[in-house]
Amino acid sequence: MSRVGIVFISHSEKIAMGLKELVTQVIKDVPIEAAGGTEDGGIGTSLEKIQQAIEKVYSDKGVIVLYDLGSSVMNAELAIEVTGLEHVKIADAPLVEGGYVAAVESGMGKPLDEVLLAVEEVRMKLKRNE
Amino acid sequence: MMGLTNEHLAKWLEKTNAKIQENKTFLTNLDQAIGDGDHGINMSRGFDEAVKKISSTEYKTSSDLLKDWAMTLLSKVGGASGPLYGTALLKFSMSMKDKEEVDYSSLTAGIEEGLNGLIQRGQAQEGHKTMVDVWSPVVTFLKEQPAFNPEGFKEIAKEAMEKTKDMKAIKGRAAYLKERSIGHLDPGSVSSYYLFSSLAEVIEEEGVGL
Ligand SMILES: [Mg+2]
Repeated sequence: MSRVGIVFISHSEKIAMGLKELVTQVIKDVPIEAAGGTEDGGIGTSLEKIQQAIEKVYSDKGVIVLYDLGSSVMNAELAIEVTGLEHVKIADAPLVEGGYVAAVESGMGKPLDEVLLAVEEVRMKLKRNE
Repeated sequence: MMGLTNEHLAKWLEKTNAKIQENKTFLTNLDQAIGDGDHGINMSRGFDEAVKKISSTEYKTSSDLLKDWAMTLLSKVGGASGPLYGTALLKFSMSMKDKEEVDYSSLTAGIEEGLNGLIQRGQAQEGHKTMVDVWSPVVTFLKEQPAFNPEGFKEIAKEAMEKTKDMKAIKGRAAYLKERSIGHLDPGSVSSYYLFSSLAEVIEEEGVGL
């Protein structure tokens, strides 16, 4: 059964890869790709890397994209436009917590809209107090 | 000869690139003050690549040339300026589809489309201390004038760029600094000034009828 694919975009290659490592330690049956850093691994984002990552995890279930700082969302939008794929959503949520929630929800077999909702709810939750 | 030819557009790109290379450290220093310090490096890499691409390709239409310029920036600039300049030039290119030459009204429309692209992509408005603060008054000026006025055009772009110094950043990396962003020029506005002053200089030097 296919799951919602997940892409982590960060200005840092290490952050994106590290988050993928963190999440896949627990959730193993969800397609996850890291798209961090520029083409040559520097700080920044790469349209091509993001595009390839989206294509790699894409299925009929769709893809959810998470990003770190402001400007990476512009390359995320462009990548979606360039691939021309439908069912790709950008989540407005903290990268680490949102990424973890995305993987858990996707792993439960939930559809794209529900995963997105759960991820964006992360914004409202305090980490220490209920 | 009326209007901007592909040769003029290529000269515009080369001139802008020369200014960026000359001021690479300046742009980086500006970005170090209120951003992430990559503007000079990113712009110099992206524009260098764009010059290489465009000088080695034959173009049938101005739309195709502008598109390659845009696509090169999109893929070669790692920072925020890649998607922003890339989107603006791509919109300009799209507005030139099916047009034979870049006359005054299509140049105005092209830069206005570029501005709309910037606003949509960057979600910024005037006064947010971004490139929009240069592009927007430039478009207004173009629309007010009956024909291209190189001196006035350069002056408007320069004034607009200088005004960003006293603004508080609302968008971009500088926004994290809030009040501390005041007193520094916006790097993207400075590079936009290079872009527009280069355009005016090419039109003047080449005696383009606009
Ligand atoms: Mg920067």
